[in-house]
Amino acid sequence: MRAFKYSRAASLKDAAARLAETPNAKLIAGGTNLLDLMKLQIETPEALIDVNGLPLDQIEVTQEGGLRVGALVRNTDLAADVRVRRDYPVLSRAILAGASQQLRNRATTAGNLLQRTRCPYFYDTDQPCNKRKPGSGCSAIGGYSRGLAVIGASESCIATYPGDMAVALRVLDATVQISDADGETRDLALADFHRLPGDAPQVENDLEKGEIITSVTLPKPVASRQIYRKIRDRASYAFALVSVAAVIGKDFARFAIGGVAPKPWRSETAERELPQQGVARFSQALFADATPTRENRFKIVLAERVLQSTWTENRG
Amino acid sequence: MKFTEPAGPNAIDNQTIISRPVSRIDGRLKTSGGAKYGYEQLGPNTGAAYGYVVGAGIAKGKIRSLESSAARAAPGVLAVVTAENAGKLGKGKYNFAPLLAGPEVHHYHQAVALVVADTFEAARSAATLLRIEYAAEKGEFDLQAARARGDGQPAPIEQDPADTSVGDFDGAFAKASIKLDETYSTPDQSHAMMEPHASIAAWDGDQLTLWTSAQMVDWHRSDLAKTLGIEKEKIRLISPFIGGGFGGKLFLRADAVLAALGSRKARRPVKVALPRPLVFNNTTHRPATIQRIRIGAELDGKIVAIAHDSWSGNLDGGPPEGAVAATRLLYAGANRQTATRLAKIDLPEGHSMRAPGEAPGLMALEVAMDEMAEKLKLDPVEFRMMNDTQVDPEKPERKFSLRNLRACLQLGAERFGWSRRPMTPASLREGRLYIGYGMAAAFRNNIAMKSDARVRLGRDGRIVVETDMTDIGTGSYTIIAQTAAETMGVPLSSIDVRLGSSDYPVSCGSGGQFGAVNSTSGVFAACMKLREDIARKLGLPFDSKFEGGRVASGEWRIPVGEAAANGDLVAEDGVEYGDLDKRYQESTFGAHFCEVTVDADTAEMRVRRMLAVCAAGRILNPKTARSQVIGAMTMGVGAALMEELTVDKRAGCFINHDLAAYEVPVNADIPHQDVIFLDELDPIASPMKAKGVAELGLCGVAAAVANAVYNAVGVRVRDYPITLDKLLEKMPIRA
Ligand SMILES: Cc1cc2nc3c(=O)[nH]c(=O)nc-3n(C[C@H](O)[C@H](O)[C@H](O)COP(=O)(O)OP(=O)(O)OC[C@H]3O[C@@H](n4cnc5c(N)ncnc54)[C@H](O)[C@@H]3O)c2cc1C
Ligand code: SF4
Repeated sequence: MRAFKYSRAASLKDAAARLAETPNAKLIAGGTNLLDLMKLQIETPEALIDVNGLPLDQIEVTQEGGLRVGALVRNTDLAADVRVRRDYPVLSRAILAGASQQLRNRATTAGNLLQRTRCPYFYDTDQPCNKRKPGSGCSAIGGYSRGLAVIGASESCIATYPGDMAVALRVLDATVQISDADGETRDLALADFHRLPGDAPQVENDLEKGEIITSVTLPKPVASRQIYRKIRDRASYAFALVSVAAVIGKDFARFAIGGVAPKPWRSETAERELPQQGVARFSQALFADATPTRENRFKIVLAERVLQSTWTENRG
Repeated sequence: MKFTEPAGPNAIDNQTIISRPVSRIDGRLKTSGGAKYGYEQLGPNTGAAYGYVVGAGIAKGKIRSLESSAARAAPGVLAVVTAENAGKLGKGKYNFAPLLAGPEVHHYHQAVALVVADTFEAARSAATLLRIEYAAEKGEFDLQAARARGDGQPAPIEQDPADTSVGDFDGAFAKASIKLDETYSTPDQSHAMMEPHASIAAWDGDQLTLWTSAQMVDWHRSDLAKTLGIEKEKIRLISPFIGGGFGGKLFLRADAVLAALGSRKARRPVKVALPRPLVFNNTTHRPATIQRIRIGAELDGKIVAIAHDSWSGNLDGGPPEGAVAATRLLYAGANRQTATRLAKIDLPEGHSMRAPGEAPGLMALEVAMDEMAEKLKLDPVEFRMMNDTQVDPEKPERKFSLRNLRACLQLGAERFGWSRRPMTPASLREGRLYIGYGMAAAFRNNIAMKSDARVRLGRDGRIVVETDMTDIGTGSYTIIAQTAAETMGVPLSSIDVRLGSSDYPVSCGSGGQFGAVNSTSGVFAACMKLREDIARKLGLPFDSKFEGGRVASGEWRIPVGEAAANGDLVAEDGVEYGDLDKRYQESTFGAHFCEVTVDADTAEMRVRRMLAVCAAGRILNPKTARSQVIGAMTMGVGAALMEELTVDKRAGCFINHDLAAYEVPVNADIPHQDVIFLDELDPIASPMKAKGVAELGLCGVAAAVANAVYNAVGVRVRDYPITLDKLLEKMPIRA
């Protein structure tokens, strides 16, 4: 860990202003991801701006009848919220399938969205990694790739986005609210929030310098069955090999897949054709452009199987 | 005490305190934070500095340059230790790669420097300022490739030969009615103990005190002296509590050596703990194996031929994994052979871990036995009983000291409800889950080792036991107190146990399930000597009874403390073994049963319940022994389903080097465990009539899980760990 300056943000504007002005500054929320990475010198911010005091920890009903979840709402609180459990159970389930109770008590909504990959080479500073050190190469290609992406990857990086919560948010059509130093705000679909690596795997999302996530909004709930299945080698406390978030209603079905790509993976087009085409075709379409390695090819089979049974067991 | 003939009736037989499920005497300290581990002996404000270890970024080659001026200039930095400025270093008896590399690098993350600073944070931060350039060389990291080339040498398994052969295996195997010839592989594994390797070193002139986390106080002390080139007597080594070792702390490691060197340079006590990501490549691991097993049997189920060849790799001077050890002894069969081959592999040092030899060996053998039973259409329990032997099958003139394998198998089958198992694979379903039952025999040798102790009686009747034995979480403090209390006829509360210091007589130490049996035997010997001294002092005959805190003979009932009225009585003795373990084969036996579920969609495997039946002589404390066995069973589940150090064959390292990526079972993976100990005494094995028990709890577990997975879905995976990707596409089609 490099020595860094620590300060507490007085207000949202203050936080954004400092973030924009200070070179190499980062926000810190729960710290459960950022601090680990700083200890390993994977992240080396010179300044940390603590946002924990900001009033972004509420869950409110929106005018449209949805829910606005503050950026600082802890994962534990979000998963336990009665409205979430009633109307968006896939979100509660996804959160509770992740990390541990202690970590969820600390982890925040925004921090969770921004958690970084679990590619093992990313964590070993003696190994080349384009995401950690742009231009140094990707060790995972031709290396140990069992847990890595089968789709959406590039020749520069095949890492996955490892989180669970975002997979549920994706299937729920959530949007992210972003604010900058000038007080400008924008709304971004979660679908557009995470970026594919292309030739710049170090850029993982659409946030610009000085931008802060203020909330995540869920649209009005829809009558549906909601499922989250997380597949992993041990029963708890492990990242997903594959996860499937499903919202299945009377005449629609939506699926987002975790653990397979650099972002939660979903295809609205394929979903529309699902009732006619059937689920086998659906998953073929979903993984049409897959470029798996020998070690992670199984993820596609796994995802297909889970899609199949989730669909069969829950369709109207 | 020379133990050269089987034990007769003795004080331990009373079993008033020994063999009772006594709670740990150090339990309160442990659960309240009062137990201070080695690394905690000097806290903040004691003047101790912190050292941060830097590991090599290549697997093999040379350090071309190591530039440390920026690190030295960083705030708080007191010293930087490298091979260049460390002075001449020797190599310990138990190390085969130097603990401080330079210029030669022998394996990935081998220590190349220690940065010492005022605070841990300053040391860690400065460590990244070292500029190290390497000249990497090509290494061999692929065991499979080496085996395919036949590039390996016969390697003895400690004292035992690399190869053994009895009768005519080839001939008998060729003629056998039913045959199996399969190859199994087990991966490199890491001890992954909770407490990393950690030490504090403090020099006082040429005297060194080292607080550390060591399973073997004397081995560490001797090897540290050798490495530093000083006399052993100059080192005081203290290892009071150990947060798990599993073999990873049997031998001196870099934390201790670098703490000593750092402290010498910084002229302050220096604390060094290995950062978790370094533990996996910097320290030792269990080497991967590739094992071929051939078994031939007649239609009646009798084995007529059995062969086991095992390959493993290591750096120069390193031992093989003795995977064939159990096959030499477990089952009958007139024609048999085993072979051990060692390839030169440039991965980190391979060494003892959690039942070395038997654990990975049974992962293969006990699956092969299951496969054979199926070919023979026999119940796997039945098949094992049919091939039981009461003599060493390679040397039939040698009997087992005590062998109750059959009883373990029988009792286990009964208690587990083995008869309810699905008779054909993939035939039992509960909703989405396939259910499978599996079993395996358990086998682990008993190891007789010299062990000394000192006991001191005070006038208040309290007895202090001192021995350099360690408690690695096993319960040594407790069983040693029980042994002393039983032998001396005093309550448990009258005993103080002091362990883990080189100030005390040299014990067997902890490892290889030899700790409990030998250290208590040594304490028993010292107590028997003290009894003589007490009797002499009190003018009572040597056969006086010691009970209720008194020495009793005829009319006399004298409180023991009176013998020390004019000063403490001190007795020192130990156990030393003769050739009983040559005349007899001393081993422990058991049976493991388990039930698993396999998800029909995802092939996710989860263990539902497990049972171990263990026969290991006298059980000194059923509560601590049970804890050992359930811990071992948990490790077996890890070995079966998840534990694997993944080799990057280009970089020559284990790439999943943290606890997120190297998965071990968590609570949710271990729902229900039962342990039964057979009531038996083995007077040939030790004066305590006990044998080791802990590692027995691991041996065979992974195979039982593997066999249960097979029973659940009908897919045989011979390459551990059995992860869902290896099953997925072979799973039965879901109706
Ligand atoms: C052992 C372990 C196991 C885990 N297992 C799982 C799992 O199974 N599934 C899973 O989904 N996750 C898992 N996690 C990850 C965990 O969910 C994340 O660490 C956590 O959600 C991050 O939230 P945080 O608030 O602590 O983020 P921080 O560490 O504080 O921050 C993370 C990033 O977000 C940025 N940030 C924070 N707030 C804002 C904001 N308002 N606007 C813009 N940027 C911001 C920070 O600058 C930083 O870059 C695990 C973590 C650990 C340590
Ligand atoms: S996959 Fe991405 S994170 Fe992993 S080594 Fe390659 S570039 Fe780095």
